[in-house]
Amino acid sequence: MVLIGVALIIIGFAIRLNPLVVVTVSGLVTGLIAGLPIVDIITQFGEAFTTNRYMSILLVTLPVIGLLERSGLQNQAGHLVSKIKAATAGRIITIYLLCREVGAALGLLSIGGHPQTVRPLLAPMAEGAAKAKYGEVPEEDREEIRAHAAAADNIGLFFGEDIFVAVGAILLMKGFFDQNGIEADPISMALWGIPTAIFAFIVHSIRLYLLDKKLDRKLGSKAKKDVIR
Amino acid sequence: MIFSVEFIYIVMGIIGLCCSLYTFADKANPRRLLSGLFYFIYSITLLLGSVIPPFYIGLMVILMVLIVGMGGLRKGKYGESSDQQRETQRKRLGSWLFLPALLIPLLTVAGAKGFEGVKIGSLFIFDPKNTTLVALGVACLIAIITAMMLTKNTPQTAIKESRRLLEAIGWAVVLPQLLATLGTIFTKAGVGTVVSDLVTQFIPENSLFMIVFVFCIGMALFTMIMGNAFAAFPVMAAGIAVPFLITKFDANPNHIAAISMFAGYCGTLMTPMAANFNIVPAALLDLKDKNHVIRVQIPTALLVLAFNIVLMYLLVKWEV
Repeated sequence: MVLIGVALIIIGFAIRLNPLVVVTVSGLVTGLIAGLPIVDIITQFGEAFTTNRYMSILLVTLPVIGLLERSGLQNQAGHLVSKIKAATAGRIITIYLLCREVGAALGLLSIGGHPQTVRPLLAPMAEGAAKAKYGEVPEEDREEIRAHAAAADNIGLFFGEDIFVAVGAILLMKGFFDQNGIEADPISMALWGIPTAIFAFIVHSIRLYLLDKKLDRKLGSKAKKDVIR
Repeated sequence: MIFSVEFIYIVMGIIGLCCSLYTFADKANPRRLLSGLFYFIYSITLLLGSVIPPFYIGLMVILMVLIVGMGGLRKGKYGESSDQQRETQRKRLGSWLFLPALLIPLLTVAGAKGFEGVKIGSLFIFDPKNTTLVALGVACLIAIITAMMLTKNTPQTAIKESRRLLEAIGWAVVLPQLLATLGTIFTKAGVGTVVSDLVTQFIPENSLFMIVFVFCIGMALFTMIMGNAFAAFPVMAAGIAVPFLITKFDANPNHIAAISMFAGYCGTLMTPMAANFNIVPAALLDLKDKNHVIRVQIPTALLVLAFNIVLMYLLVKWEV
């Protein structure tokens, strides 16, 4: 019965209703089916919303990013990159992926992030590289490049962080095994994350290489090959 | 402590509150009152979340959802700088423009590592429970001041620019918090146990490969439903890993742990339920399709998931 809430989510997302509405309705319905009084459900909403306020932390980054964008930060990022001949959208994102993953593996989780790094720096750099290489880039390809920039941040973070011993995930698993009377060692757990971390990097760099190839095929004919202002 | 996490929430609330005032006054927005009200309520929940009783916060959240549901949240005009203005400023400042942007990660890392547990007298400088979060908040404050001095802009401009970005994100800004709420309700209602019971039914007990396969796929699926691999691990590990892999096939828990968590992360890459990673960035980067980031991630996620299954299978098998 409680799976009705899950079904509502899947259907709601599938028919593209507004996610806020879908999530709220599913929460209310699930709570009611589970026999919670409506007052309790609403209280639960308020409580969880308040405990998770940290998720809105991106608000404090907005004034910085906004001011810098107003002064041409994105233009400067693109401008710098356009001077490097070897730069392509895929290569720039690959370098970022590597830094993000290694950084996360060393416990430097906060060196990246979508509001503070991807939007003001990485995305304009990748777009700038494409623009320098091909001239005007159509909006749909620019969106594809930006989506790849956002994805690289996630992939680098996720598959890097579990190699760091003191990260939440490792501690959570250690705690779980302890509770169940099973011996586990955080360092060894973290080490066994390395093969997957390397594999994820290789797979995703290949995909970024393919992104460059795709852009070459599509926009290459229009490329102003030697003209780099 | 001197800088508590509540202090950061207050800063967030004030930024949001000031933005909402501009939204109320934006004549170019056809629904300016409702839109303003949305950001106003949101800011109040951040600002006074620990003061207002949860029931009323809950009502405010539902009111915000109603505003969005009725189509009351619209965009306005932001008086952006022209290309020419940006170009002049860019030429004047050059790469100094990167300084405030780079200050954020650098100061955050420095603050989180350097001030962890440091006290002045008997007071912690940063909230010891949330050092990174507080360090990020303080780093941003320093970066805001640096950016204002560098670009010679007033706090008003900073707020106006924040509003432009905030309205670009729009409703997606509250989705992560709302999903976390849904997660707690799912847990209370016992969705976790139901899903794990369901998955366990599919396990052919004697085939090691099938157990590993169901476990990893289960981690990914469960994470896709809950939006969070942390919620999936205890349920799936208790349901499958401990009884079947560790007890029956004598698997080494150290081998299984990270790989299963990674299997969960593959799920995170593929679900709109992980809004913070997938939906908010799409909004932040002006992508028309809010699922564009997910679309880009799916092939990598599936390949890594397959790799995890094979790797875990081989590790458990060689030990047997």
